[in-house]
Amino acid sequence: MSHPSTYKPAAGFAKWLDDRLPIVRLAHDSFVDFPTPKNLNYWYTFGGILAIALVIQIITGVILAMHYTPHTSMAFDSVEHIMRDVNYGWLMRYVHSNGASMFFLAVYIHMFRGLYYGSYKEPREVLWMLGVVIYLLMMATAFMGYVLPWGQMSYWGATVITNLFSAIPLIGDDIRTLLWGGFSVDNPTLNRFYSLHYLLPFAIAGVVILHIWALHIPGNANPTGVEVKDVKKDTVPFHPYYTVKDSFAIVVFLILFAAFVFFNPDGLGHPDNYIEANPLATPASIVPEWYYLPFYAILRAITFDIGPISSKLGGVIAMFGSILVLFVLPWLDTSKVRSMRYRPAAKMFFFIFIAACLVLGYLGGQPAEGSYVLYAQIATAYYFGFFLLILPLLGFMETPKPLPRSISESVLKTPKPGGAAPAGAQSAPAQ
Amino acid sequence: MTTEISDAGPSDDGEPTRRDFIHIFAAATAAVGAGATIWPLVHQMNPDASVLALSTSEVDLSSVSVGQAIKVMWQGKPVFIRHRTEAEIAEGEATPLGALKDDVARNDNLSGKVDATDDARVTASDGEARPQWLIVVGICTHLGCIPLGTASGENRGDYNGWFCPCHGSHYDIAGRIRKGPAPENLEVPPYEYLSDTIVKIG
Repeated sequence: MSHPSTYKPAAGFAKWLDDRLPIVRLAHDSFVDFPTPKNLNYWYTFGGILAIALVIQIITGVILAMHYTPHTSMAFDSVEHIMRDVNYGWLMRYVHSNGASMFFLAVYIHMFRGLYYGSYKEPREVLWMLGVVIYLLMMATAFMGYVLPWGQMSYWGATVITNLFSAIPLIGDDIRTLLWGGFSVDNPTLNRFYSLHYLLPFAIAGVVILHIWALHIPGNANPTGVEVKDVKKDTVPFHPYYTVKDSFAIVVFLILFAAFVFFNPDGLGHPDNYIEANPLATPASIVPEWYYLPFYAILRAITFDIGPISSKLGGVIAMFGSILVLFVLPWLDTSKVRSMRYRPAAKMFFFIFIAACLVLGYLGGQPAEGSYVLYAQIATAYYFGFFLLILPLLGFMETPKPLPRSISESVLKTPKPGGAAPAGAQSAPAQ
Repeated sequence: MTTEISDAGPSDDGEPTRRDFIHIFAAATAAVGAGATIWPLVHQMNPDASVLALSTSEVDLSSVSVGQAIKVMWQGKPVFIRHRTEAEIAEGEATPLGALKDDVARNDNLSGKVDATDDARVTASDGEARPQWLIVVGICTHLGCIPLGTASGENRGDYNGWFCPCHGSHYDIAGRIRKGPAPENLEVPPYEYLSDTIVKIG
């Protein structure tokens, strides 16, 4: 939250620099003395975890780029070269490939947390929308990165996804040719994906800076959804309270990360991607990486034409729409109460929404036939219904529970047994 | 307020001034310049000369026996060539147009909108139909997978043609979509017969 600067430069160089470029002051005011609500629970540590995840991806990615060859005849072999010949190449590649999964795991928790506690609501709409931009950039980056090893799933995943663009009326085929640089996914495609895969993480880092900037204007939301009323009573400085809390969460997260890297490095991947790309043979089933599966299920759930819109275009619209709807979420949710802790009906629908997302994720990995299609259609209907019907109407129909008068009151009061606080995750640092 | 500098802003009578003209002219020039600058940056992504140079393929059909099908590459894409049996041709010809999901021929050798009869699917660029040879681009019109059914023993789907394993599209013996999510028949590429057994695709 905006607050008067408390940075006191020491004499000499620090003072000299502060008069010319107050960058140390900026860091101090943003990450040391930044007043932060005292009741943030562990769900709020995922922002810090994501920052670490991005740094890990960029460092390992830059290293992998030193040994990788972006050419259709050499890409697959150069990845095996990294795995077998390059010193610690196997480690860099497994950290990078599993790092993508860890990144998405963290971002999904971060987003569900924002949904549950109403973090997107006024005055944090731009903060939330920047987050959706980051998420879209992440999806594009991960998609192009997955193409680079030039295995069967790389090639066919790229083929299926680029073909989505041909569903656009009139200009679809030209856009697809432009993306390919040819008449199919081929060497020009691989080259440009490599270029963009290197570029986009830095674009993400740029938007992350805007995201943090937008966060630091109103300051953190918190599990009660009640704004800070008294900085002295309701907040603690970011350092050491949240640097320590975030660090602990990061360590736990890295343990999970390391468990995948060292004990099941290919567990989240697909074995077909260890077969070199072959344009003449499609794998028996094309399955995207796990973090795309819910959207893949939505794409395939639209099996019927809607008026002039073919099922193919309808599926593409539904898939992109399922993410774009997040941009308008701050205006779809009509309730004035932020946190679902105090919204019993919304809370119930929220947990059904999580279940629908998980079901979609499961169905995205199953063949699109028989009852799987029907279940995907039901879950897709709920996904959109949650945003377009339930949240807009609930604001008018639901009676929220009484809110605490302030953050400090909610912390000092002993929570009622069986109260709404999730998982006892409250933190109440001693004063 | 002075009227001496008559071209310094909007004139009192609402007529455009010389200053307005300069603004519009400068902005228009900048817009044209920006467009001329951006176009090379976009167009470089389109297929380059070396890709375009490989845009035709010649195939010798003499080694393909009746009932057999082969895959050849054309523009980086697989093309299915099936040497159809008499029974298969009869099956294709007996299919009524009303039973088709897409009743357009999708044959690049034919101009205009032509019904997807069996004959229209096997017509070469000279306008002659050779029903024993079916030549189609082997890319599912749904999302671009390669349908199964060319090699012997592969699943040919419910209509004895091709079956796409990705999302379950079934194509018939003339490469026409019959069931599943694909919206269109398999595309027939432009091709001409250089002799009875040599066909040039592209």
